[in-house]
Amino acid sequence: MKKIINLTINDQAYEIAVDPNKTLADMLRYDLDLTGTKKGCDTGDCGACTVILNGDAVNSCLVLAVQTDGAVVETIEGLANDQGLHPIQEAFVENGAIQCGFCSPGMIMSTKNLLDKNPNPTEQEIREGISGNLCRCTGYQKIFEAIDSQKS
Amino acid sequence: MKDFDVISTRANRLDTPDKATGEAIYVDDISKPGMLFGALLQSPHAHAKILSIDTTQAKNLAGVKSVITSKDVGSVPYGVSPARYDETVFATDKVRYIGDEIAAVAATTLEIALKAVELIKVEYEILPAVFTIEDAIKEDAPQLHEKYKGNLTAEVHQEFGDVEKGLKESDITKTTTVKNKRQDGAFIEMQGCIAEFDRRGSLTLITGTQVPHYVQRTVAMVMGMDIGKVRVKKPYLGAGFGIKAAANPMELACCFLAKETCKPVKMNYTREQVFMFCRARHQFTHTITTGAKKDGTLVALKHECTLDGGAYSSFGIATVYYAGSLLAGPYKLPNMSYKGFRVYNNKPACGAQRGHGAVIARAAFEQQLDMIAEELGIDPMEIRIKNMMSKGDITCNDLNMSSFGMSECIDAVREGSDWDKKKGNMPKGRGIGMACGFFVSGAGFPIYRSDTYHGTVMTKLTEDGGTALVYTASAEIGQGSDTAFAMITAEALGIPLSDIRLASGDTDMGVDLGAYSSRQTLMTGHATKEAAEHVKSQVLAVLADKLNTPVEDMDIKKGFIEFKNQTPDFSEIRTSYIKEHRGWLDNPESEKLTFKEAARIAYLEKGTIVGTGKYKPVFLGGKYKGAAVGTSPAYGCSAQVAEVTVDMETGQVIIDNVTDAHDCGKAINMTSVEGQMEGSVSMGIGEAMHEEVIFDDKGNVINNDLSEYKLVTAMDMPKCKAIVVESDEPNGPFGAKEVGEGAIMPTIPAILNAVYDAAGVRVHELPLTPERVYHAIQEYKERTGAA
Repeated sequence: MKKIINLTINDQAYEIAVDPNKTLADMLRYDLDLTGTKKGCDTGDCGACTVILNGDAVNSCLVLAVQTDGAVVETIEGLANDQGLHPIQEAFVENGAIQCGFCSPGMIMSTKNLLDKNPNPTEQEIREGISGNLCRCTGYQKIFEAIDSQKS
Repeated sequence: MKDFDVISTRANRLDTPDKATGEAIYVDDISKPGMLFGALLQSPHAHAKILSIDTTQAKNLAGVKSVITSKDVGSVPYGVSPARYDETVFATDKVRYIGDEIAAVAATTLEIALKAVELIKVEYEILPAVFTIEDAIKEDAPQLHEKYKGNLTAEVHQEFGDVEKGLKESDITKTTTVKNKRQDGAFIEMQGCIAEFDRRGSLTLITGTQVPHYVQRTVAMVMGMDIGKVRVKKPYLGAGFGIKAAANPMELACCFLAKETCKPVKMNYTREQVFMFCRARHQFTHTITTGAKKDGTLVALKHECTLDGGAYSSFGIATVYYAGSLLAGPYKLPNMSYKGFRVYNNKPACGAQRGHGAVIARAAFEQQLDMIAEELGIDPMEIRIKNMMSKGDITCNDLNMSSFGMSECIDAVREGSDWDKKKGNMPKGRGIGMACGFFVSGAGFPIYRSDTYHGTVMTKLTEDGGTALVYTASAEIGQGSDTAFAMITAEALGIPLSDIRLASGDTDMGVDLGAYSSRQTLMTGHATKEAAEHVKSQVLAVLADKLNTPVEDMDIKKGFIEFKNQTPDFSEIRTSYIKEHRGWLDNPESEKLTFKEAARIAYLEKGTIVGTGKYKPVFLGGKYKGAAVGTSPAYGCSAQVAEVTVDMETGQVIIDNVTDAHDCGKAINMTSVEGQMEGSVSMGIGEAMHEEVIFDDKGNVINNDLSEYKLVTAMDMPKCKAIVVESDEPNGPFGAKEVGEGAIMPTIPAILNAVYDAAGVRVHELPLTPERVYHAIQEYKERTGAA
């Protein structure tokens, strides 16, 4: 039995009927075509599906879609606009912080959440801020540099 | 030094803006109208006979469109090397590991497909299983494959020079046995694919692979189709590291399901299935004896290795050769013997992973160098410099170091890490260690014996003359190859990088053996350069005719035509170009003739300008058995220094920082080269410190998720200083060679040597868990009476 939920995703209002066992990640990807949110494990370990839910970075594979009734969700698709890339995205490109790119949307969402809350993080705070996002390609070095360049 | 306009700079990658916004498309982001979802039935037993399979109930479930077993798809043997085709799509008579494929289902939803898998009834007769090398090689051990007796996938016996004599003549010898643990590739994107037949019988397989070409050939062979009727397309890929460098059974099952249903079918591995399929780094046990003279000169190396292979060969036959052959450098070593054994057992198959076959051998050997240096009172840097090969040297097994910036790498890390100040002057519990390594820039031969080109590239100009389109079947897997080839095209053609568009990863675009053995920059790079030069020569030929100027007197640089002598009057060309483009914005006013004008004129004269390029290495290396593994047109090399802190009470090791220098020949994109180096260090640290696939006594992977299988996180990664050392490789395009795998070689031994420096203990088993280090420290304290 599907349940109807209302939520805001990237400043747009949605009314959707979802199965009660569907995750937020699956709803975003398969019902709403917001495929920028990636799935690397489906068990909350890799962070590729990170979105910002009511102001906090979460693994969207661990959130049921029905739990987001009334919520405000930001996904990777909400960052760039017709003026171009978001400054964090720009920094990831400029610093070579993206290789295979599969962790990048989640990594960038965690970065945004970190900088939203703490515009001037220390190196340790940067490391902690993305500690839930696994990257197997870059060794994180250029990701640290990209984030560091976005401190206020 | 040659002057370059595009390469050897820091270019933003072509693919990263789309990857940053989530717009880059990976397999699972693709959906097709009417698409079905597939699921696999995999064996719950490590070793069992299949007595019967009943698919009736599964087939009767509403929404199920097809259920297939070996009866439906046949049993064409396949694998990686034709010499060891020991797999079939589905098990025919028996299953050999937990995860072996038995059947597949296609249904309207994934949930229905999974439900149907549960409804397939299989009757098994459980067979005794073996999980270790020791058990697998016992005389009465259960046999996995009838064809390969004694559970031996392959054995290698090589000797170069006279090792026994060399060891006798040595003043000092060291023998150690070093062992690692099975690693997992742990790429973030799990394997996935979509197969689709058109109504004329052609198949398109969209799949997350490093090797579209080999997948195309395997699919064609197993399905009995013409290669020309099989198209394999790789969308963006969430990395591979070697594990995705061969066709997998899911891809094959998916193609058969698509054929059966006449519908597109999508299949994905779960993370659990990624661990189950494995194909990652083997567990190696190396026993090595090194002999040296009093002055530190290396004389002989005696080496034995066993590889815990798992249920199928996969890359194992190459792995067992690489494990031996890549110890012949980077030091001058006149005598070397190697015995290698790759053993089957009832665990998932291991295959190739970054630094294929050579990483643990390197870890063992570089520790011995330090042991010898210590006993002889020589600095670890000095013993390496003393024995180092140099440009033009050939190893005892015929590997030719046609360029070799190894001593520059050592100098770079020595200075970069402040080695001379730190070595010997650190407090107890803190230490510094170094190591070197090298790796192939592409395998000298394809996996199947053939005279095929290793890469072909086609480049054409758009009719307006403005843009060059590069088509290559090579595989961008995250390493930055698309950008490298665009940069090579821009450099060779003489136009800005912004005027290049590139499409890759599609077998319709040509032949390319793909992303493995660190081959693409050198090999596809050559083909790319040749295609661009072909385009350039055609444009200049038309221009020569129009301007009555010899081709030799013209060049293309930064998008303009350069004339060696006086610039001829090109006003006719300009007028014609402007007329052609009437109403457009691009009315050139430059003093120089633009490439666009020239290219448009060339199009009007000759039609679409298409350039082609191709590459295969000349015959390389020796004539001995196994000479094909290890030979390469060029070798990248590297040196690293690691600094560690060891808690002498708990055994906890912290890596404080790593200094890494790599000779990649001429760097195409500096930023990408550093990225490969830093990523290699990170993967090496994972293997050294905490990565280990753990099995229970039934053959199940216990830690089959990314929580319990521990990758390096942002919290673990030390500061890494990457220093790019450029040399000029005569066999590489613009002098370029590899970086993707060579950079991982020194990481593990540098850490092990640093731990010794810090704590006085040599740990010969990986990973360096606190428990293992703690016991080593306790043993050390008892032995030395240290407090």
